[in-house]
Amino acid sequence: MSDKITKASRHVSQNEGLIFEKSSPGKRAFDLPPLDVPAADPAEALGANHRSEGVAGFPEVSEIEALRHFTRLSTWNYAIDLGMYPLGSCTMKYNPRVNEFVARLDGIATEHPLQPEVLSQGCLKIMRLLEKCLLAITGMDALTLQPAAGAQGELTGLLLIRAYLESQGDARKKVLIPDSAHGTNPATAVIAGYQVENIKSDSHGQIDAEKLRELVTEDVAALMITNPSTLGIFEQRISDIAAILHAKGALLYMDGANMNALAGVARPGDFGVDVMHLNLHKTFSTPHGGGGPGAGPVTMKKILEPFRPVPVLVEKAGGELTLEQDRPHSIGRVKAFSGNFGVLVRALAYILAYGPGIRQATEDAVLNANYIRKHLEGVFALPYSLPSMHEVVFSDAIQKQNGVNTMDIAKRLIDYGFHPYTTAFPLIVPGALMIEPTESESKEECDLFIEAMRAIAAEAASDPDIVKHAPHTTRIGRLDEVTAARKPILRWSQGRK
Amino acid sequence: MVYPTTYRYTKDHEWIDVKGDSGTIGLTDYAQCQMGDIVFVELPAVGAILEAEKPLGTVESVKTVNEIYAPVSGEVIEVNGELKDAPEKVNSDPHGQGWLVKVRLKDSAEIAALMDAPAYEAHLSASGKEDSH
Amino acid sequence: MRYLPKSPAERDQMLAAIGAQSIDDLFSSIPERFRLRESLNLPGPYSEAEVIQYFQERAKEGSVGYTSFLGAGVYNHLRSVVTDTIIQRGEFLTSYTPYQAEISQGTLQAIFEFQTLMCQLTGQEVANASMWDGSTATTEAVLMAERITRRRRVLVARSLHPEYRDVLRTYAKNSGLHVEEVPFGADGTLEQKALESAIRDDVAAVVVQSPNFFGVIEQVPALANIGHSSGALLVVAVTEGVSLGLVRPPAEADIVALEGQSFGLAPSYGGPFVGVISTHEKFVRQMPGRLAGQAADSHGRRGFVLTLAAREQHIRREKATSNICTNQALCALAATVHLALLGKEGLREMAAQNLSKAHFAMNALVKVPGVRRAFEGAFFNEFTIVLPRSVETVNQQLLHEKFVGPLSLGSFYPELTDHALVCVTETTTRTEIERFVSALGRSLGRN
Repeated sequence: MSDKITKASRHVSQNEGLIFEKSSPGKRAFDLPPLDVPAADPAEALGANHRSEGVAGFPEVSEIEALRHFTRLSTWNYAIDLGMYPLGSCTMKYNPRVNEFVARLDGIATEHPLQPEVLSQGCLKIMRLLEKCLLAITGMDALTLQPAAGAQGELTGLLLIRAYLESQGDARKKVLIPDSAHGTNPATAVIAGYQVENIKSDSHGQIDAEKLRELVTEDVAALMITNPSTLGIFEQRISDIAAILHAKGALLYMDGANMNALAGVARPGDFGVDVMHLNLHKTFSTPHGGGGPGAGPVTMKKILEPFRPVPVLVEKAGGELTLEQDRPHSIGRVKAFSGNFGVLVRALAYILAYGPGIRQATEDAVLNANYIRKHLEGVFALPYSLPSMHEVVFSDAIQKQNGVNTMDIAKRLIDYGFHPYTTAFPLIVPGALMIEPTESESKEECDLFIEAMRAIAAEAASDPDIVKHAPHTTRIGRLDEVTAARKPILRWSQGRK
Repeated sequence: MVYPTTYRYTKDHEWIDVKGDSGTIGLTDYAQCQMGDIVFVELPAVGAILEAEKPLGTVESVKTVNEIYAPVSGEVIEVNGELKDAPEKVNSDPHGQGWLVKVRLKDSAEIAALMDAPAYEAHLSASGKEDSH
Repeated sequence: MRYLPKSPAERDQMLAAIGAQSIDDLFSSIPERFRLRESLNLPGPYSEAEVIQYFQERAKEGSVGYTSFLGAGVYNHLRSVVTDTIIQRGEFLTSYTPYQAEISQGTLQAIFEFQTLMCQLTGQEVANASMWDGSTATTEAVLMAERITRRRRVLVARSLHPEYRDVLRTYAKNSGLHVEEVPFGADGTLEQKALESAIRDDVAAVVVQSPNFFGVIEQVPALANIGHSSGALLVVAVTEGVSLGLVRPPAEADIVALEGQSFGLAPSYGGPFVGVISTHEKFVRQMPGRLAGQAADSHGRRGFVLTLAAREQHIRREKATSNICTNQALCALAATVHLALLGKEGLREMAAQNLSKAHFAMNALVKVPGVRRAFEGAFFNEFTIVLPRSVETVNQQLLHEKFVGPLSLGSFYPELTDHALVCVTETTTRTEIERFVSALGRSLGRN
């Protein structure tokens, strides 16, 4: 191991097969209380629909085996709990454990979404308070907590825009999306029934306001913008952009993926945004959990309020909260029940812990990104030089000269004890290294990261092969993704290794 | 790689080998190099009607997906079924066994609008220059 | 602030290293007039004890101490503490989508196991790594059927969960899909005659739920035949996964949209749950959502990667199969752990207890004067009864006796006033059932 690797050292990693490979008939890991009513005969009760054999292939293991199985698997993962996880645009911050605790309380985790509202006042109050907090943070007038994730928030936002424009007489045809946007933006616009028109960023990675003026016609429903952009740069002409759209009757949608740069510092509602979604699993610390669950609340200006998905949370005269179903202008429901409520609980717990001090988290996030930028500038190429906010995007242009690309550097970072940054995104930066440290990293952890990145840059110059074949310290090496995609094996089956 | 002189080429990097009133269509060596290891090719069914410059299918690598554009208009008369299990043939032999579809030409005059091999190679080096700006 | 790992001195050192005078310098790219001068009006900061206290107070306003007979897509089932122990391990809880396979093998192998379990349960060949929930999985299954068939008409059972139908309608409105409802018959199953007369060669999908919203099990093979005769796909939604321990899997379906909440996830006032789509291998490239696949490294060691990603939004952008990105991975892990613990026998036994208790409750309820069973079709753990008076009034009285009564169907189905959907799972004891039956009897006896 390189003597520059100071954060990590080797560790025994247990081998473990698939749960199905451990199975042996007759073992079990779960007992039910004895049946206290007469047993119904399934063959009689279900007739032709009876599954008499049980589920073929289902595992049969004991409790200790099941526990060890999943514990061993867990040790093969990197995690925020182990160290810095600088995935740009993902906001991998600390997930406070008290949030997990409160989401599991009896009276919260146990509540049924269709139970009488008189028993749901606690849950509804949680939703109400979260609504108020998110409105304060975004500077908007109304919101919905229903969307399950950012992409569904985007869809909800575009459907709100469509419904509003229809109420004005014409839903229009196109949605403009910058070439630096997340892939969900164009995918969502199509589901909302819009044509996508991509707009090229200018040489600073910003929206070219003059070009935008030409593109915004009476056919354009909205511009979907990410601010700060996926380059981590604030759109300095944001209010001009809003004015250009509004002058033609189009609306401004903001992807709130990067709200961690703004919370407590600036409010999208003040700089002309009409509707936006928040990713509670990014800015508001709900755990990513290996890919989800998230929540994608949508906040909006007053003009869009009548179109919110049903049900809408309202306060009755006596202060009692109710979910209103009868909303004639609503776009309809986007998800069953009341959104990912358990995620909403965690987000509120996070906000309550900070209060107005959430500004400090934002400041620390921006401080960390700039500290890292300062120490890596020159070592790695910086394609766009405008000031960074919560993340910084380098490119592999310098290392490419030795045949080392961003993916190689990312993989080598694993050997140094870190999770890789985001590679190859945004698309407008060839060979991007997108680094978002978040506020959760200490100066010490940032320094270790900087040291690791500089050491890898040195290796890329002196010993590029060690970088190109990284990682060297993981249980498995780089996997053959080509064969995996050509001949997909997507489930276990008896007899195959 | 030599670009066969009897083929005609598009700016989107497809080739067509015309024999009589039909033609065989494939992706150029340049295209497969750019994409890397090809994992899946989506092709139309026999009988499908193609329109020149409109997508006829897609080609996927692990991390990209590209449209394949029809060089000419016509009806699909044969599809390279071997690509279903061996898409790698597009990588290993793009101008031969990696062919995609055969079409009956609708209007053989469309061929005149396509590039010959020297023109295509010139097109590649011109766009190469652009890339290095 | 306890979550922030920097001292004031460290902040100053870092600012100095950057060459900034103050933190405000770092925000100079935000136009001055948009920078907040005042603190946000937010409650807090709260200590950990205060955060807990706030939520404990809200929890006290809930249903603890009540016995519930609600199901309708959200079910109370036993959960092992082992499941929660595993999913709270930081390595699972605080990791991202496993794009970097070398340090995400734990999540990837667990997804592969989840996909396998879902195939085994539903009788299908491939399953994805999760969707947001059953309602969005059902909608995505319909959009998938549209891509496969290139047809635009969709026939949806009126006995599909009303909120699932609502979500489908929201999505369909702007994608040019025509959604039509197919009625249910006297036994509570989909009316096959009506389906036969509605189906033509422009139908992309027939969508049914089984057991359906009224608790009745549909005749999936027969419905598949009707659909397939016109080239339509059959989409089967399953809201109660435990049923699959005892009920024939919808193997004849072309796409199954399953809600996995019953597998180790708390009701949690409606989410987060876990949806999943399973289907035939030949449709895999039209499937939305992530997929984990088996792969090998250069030493031939087995590992797992996210695969067939070219379907997804981050690569195909506006031409993607879906816009889904963040899914319900941790919920899928909970389901995986839960099902591994239950195993083949445990799931069968849990299903058998549900069947027995629900049938016990139904038999007792129909002995109450004035109460009758609404539909004669076979059921699993939910069934519909008809009361001689308003369900709302009865439920109001039951609430005083600490019962959350059955779901009133009248607000979802105007034609089913006085109908109530009763759910009984393994968590309901015989004593609770008997007390509930007599409380209902008392309530109906009153004037």
